[in-house]
Amino acid sequence: MKILTVCGMGLGTGLLLRMNTEAALATIGVDDAQVEVADIGTAKGMGAGYDIVLTSSELAEQLGSVKGKLITIHNFIDKAEIENKLREALDRPAAPAG
Amino acid sequence: MTEQATSLRDALSAAAIALNETSGDREQAVRRSGELLTAGGRVDAAYTREMLAAVEEFGPYIVLAPGVALAHARPSPAVHGVAFSVLTLDPPVAFGHPENDPVRLVIGMAAPDDESHMEALRQLAELLGDDARRERLMTATTAQEVLALIEPAQGKETNA
Repeated sequence: MKILTVCGMGLGTGLLLRMNTEAALATIGVDDAQVEVADIGTAKGMGAGYDIVLTSSELAEQLGSVKGKLITIHNFIDKAEIENKLREALDRPAAPAG
Repeated sequence: MTEQATSLRDALSAAAIALNETSGDREQAVRRSGELLTAGGRVDAAYTREMLAAVEEFGPYIVLAPGVALAHARPSPAVHGVAFSVLTLDPPVAFGHPENDPVRLVIGMAAPDDESHMEALRQLAELLGDDARRERLMTATTAQEVLALIEPAQGKETNA
């Protein structure tokens, strides 16, 4: 599975998002994912090669077509938001508590 | 991989921390954030202009979490080493983000290339992702308090 995180320049928020996405995937138990980061200029039109693309809602509008699922993140440092949205996209709900 | 990654503590000098400042608007706050990077000693003043241009180009998404903005430009010849700055704003300033405004904390970041800031950024992500430490960072009144918050991440080799 290939996952792309996108930000304006590819080295700030997008990189944070890649780190938190990798952490969330580990929590969810996905171990076959490759997470890459790209700046919005490069990412335009690249979406077709990825199963999941994560970015901000602002940049999502500029992204163009995405083959897989597009996830928009509001809080890039909130691991829970990222994990929950990834679980939804992957159809891997959290195990019930208890 | 480089052998010695720059830690957040290495990248943030006391001179690059300014707390509870008043700032008129987003541009002023980003300019101040850039000046602090320069005050830290590794970044030429030209980088501030590049930061302002980047913020204009990409807009308010730099507000990456409620109250927290990450201001930076692309890797630049004006940057001689990984550098971060910390600016807190009192009162908080609207950056134009639909959900995460107003901004209380502006992190300035300067990277000489695509990679060497990664360890420091990882430590920053840990700090900001921890509600208690983030709150203390946003309400700190002295540079020493800020540096003390960062200290725990120093020197730990984690491959999380």
